[in-house]
Amino acid sequence: MSLTLDTAVSPMAAPPAEPGYWRSVFARLRRDPVAMVAGLILLAIVLMAIFAPWLAPQSPYSTSMLHRLQPIGSPGFPLGSDELGRDVLSRLIHGARLSLLIGVMPVINAFVIGSAIGIVAGFVGGRTNTVIMRVIDVFYAFPAVLLAIALAGALGAGLVNSLFSLTVVFIPPIARVAESVTTQVRSVDYIEAARASGARSLTIIRRHVLGNVLGPIFVYATSLISVSMILASGLSFLGLGARPPMPEWGLMLNTMRDAIYVNPWVTVLPGMMIFTVSICFNMLSDGLRSAMDVKL
Amino acid sequence: MSHQARKEDSRNAAPLVTSDPRDRGGRAQPLLRVKGLRKHFVIKRDLLGRPLSRVHAVDGIDFEVRKGETLGIVGESGCGKSTTARLLMHLLQPDGGEVIFDGDPVGTRGGLSLREMRRQMQMVFQNSYASLNPRMTIEESIAFGPQVHGVGRREARQRARRLLDQVGLLPERFAQRYPHELSGGQRQRVNIARALALEPRLLILDEAVSALDKSVEAQVLNLLGDLKQEYGLTYLFISHDLNVVRYVSDRVMVMYLGKVAEVGDSEALYRAPAHPYTRALMSAMPSLEPGRRTQTAPLAGDPPNPIDLPPGCRFCPRCPLAVDLCRGTEPELAALPGGGHLSACHRADEVQSAVSNPQPSVEESV
Repeated sequence: MSLTLDTAVSPMAAPPAEPGYWRSVFARLRRDPVAMVAGLILLAIVLMAIFAPWLAPQSPYSTSMLHRLQPIGSPGFPLGSDELGRDVLSRLIHGARLSLLIGVMPVINAFVIGSAIGIVAGFVGGRTNTVIMRVIDVFYAFPAVLLAIALAGALGAGLVNSLFSLTVVFIPPIARVAESVTTQVRSVDYIEAARASGARSLTIIRRHVLGNVLGPIFVYATSLISVSMILASGLSFLGLGARPPMPEWGLMLNTMRDAIYVNPWVTVLPGMMIFTVSICFNMLSDGLRSAMDVKL
Repeated sequence: MSHQARKEDSRNAAPLVTSDPRDRGGRAQPLLRVKGLRKHFVIKRDLLGRPLSRVHAVDGIDFEVRKGETLGIVGESGCGKSTTARLLMHLLQPDGGEVIFDGDPVGTRGGLSLREMRRQMQMVFQNSYASLNPRMTIEESIAFGPQVHGVGRREARQRARRLLDQVGLLPERFAQRYPHELSGGQRQRVNIARALALEPRLLILDEAVSALDKSVEAQVLNLLGDLKQEYGLTYLFISHDLNVVRYVSDRVMVMYLGKVAEVGDSEALYRAPAHPYTRALMSAMPSLEPGRRTQTAPLAGDPPNPIDLPPGCRFCPRCPLAVDLCRGTEPELAALPGGGHLSACHRADEVQSAVSNPQPSVEESV
């Protein structure tokens, strides 16, 4: 039996074992079919990435001049082969590792850095806030794609550089969200009450601000993962991210695009993967948002 | 028991505050003395950041809170009651003035540190829900203050449970609950317990019962009365509800637009107000007795804009008794004959005599 907050607590009843906040969020999330399907698909893809060497029928690097551009369903190439005769299925399975990494890592980094900047700015307020947020706004003014390309281009192609530039791209929006949520929380009475009890700012942030602020920021950050996936693929597509012959979905899309008239369905497959993963992250974050958005 | 008798009773039974080891000056020294406290909110600045216009939220007020008493503060919305409370707690930085706690100036070199002051002075806010962290259990919320001041986690939690018991909430039932699972009255009890967790000597109750419905309000007021006796507390009771203030207060201070209009012993002040504003407040008070229904017209108009105050007395645009003197010079808070009763009105004597004649007082009509 799942215990939820919907069941009103009658004052006469013996106290039920009160579920913690996150447990009740999870209980609500479990009853959201869309979020659950999205979550299961993501789980499958993550497992696929982890067990790639065992799942993939072939090595993602082994080429075969005799079997170039095979269509879907060819013997030995269930999802066809690319322009160098590599098995697309194996490359898709292995590609999940890199694609997920460069989709998720920048968002995690930006979540940590951006939240710290935003929470400090929001909590301190006043001129400090103005200075920090105006600097953030300068970065925010650039379109995300343009900034990512410009940074990755300036730093030089490569996986680490593209991770770095994507992190920089995502810090401003996360910091903005963190700042606005913190500004709201800061003026609520319980923060005043905590200050009235003599607590120092750091203690107040740790005990009273973080718990009420990280949730919304986290939800927002998960919605950025899909953007990050697409941007990362875009960078790889442009040759600024993963380098050939690494299996990475964006890069695969790029190298196979010449074959689009020969073998359109195989060419589209990496794009389908990117699409599926990013839409699943979006659905999951939507579900998470509504699961967390309860009037307590 | 009439409220009069009850109040007398609690005054007699109150433990001697001098038994508190932190007490310094004995009974004669006021627990809190406020001198010229001032807060102006700047609402507009010029390009160089110099203030252009300000709201005179609290405009130089002086008062004292005696040990063991309940001082009520009344006034309409926006008169600076809550700002005063926040200034006393130093949640807002005062622009000027002194706060002296039991002989020690607060926040100055050689005086009482803010941290120490906050142990001895605590506050209960009006909004019982917003003043509790929704992500913390009741027990954690109450234990937070002691932990900040170096009490161990276990001991702080034990103290929290003891206090829950004290405010009439079963610890085993409520300690692990979250604020949204409690009713307004229960939450306000928790807030009171949280304020008491630091063992303060002065409790500021900023509209603490105003948001509760009448029956719950009465319960919480009784609880406050009991706690006051038990811990020898001093209350600063801020409210817009004249009846409640009369019920709980030993002395009452009336504020108008950031200034003190009148201070005095609660019964004396209610029987014979010495400021036209207080008189207007009293006549606007609804009464259940048909013979005492409002006779005089209530105040007309709004309080003047607190940004551009009139030059003389700030009540004179609405005052039925205003004369030229009032429009020219601002009256000082001055003692009336008999002592203990102060009024900031040039015509205080006339106001007082005008009031006590035509309207029968409570005692006569009963």
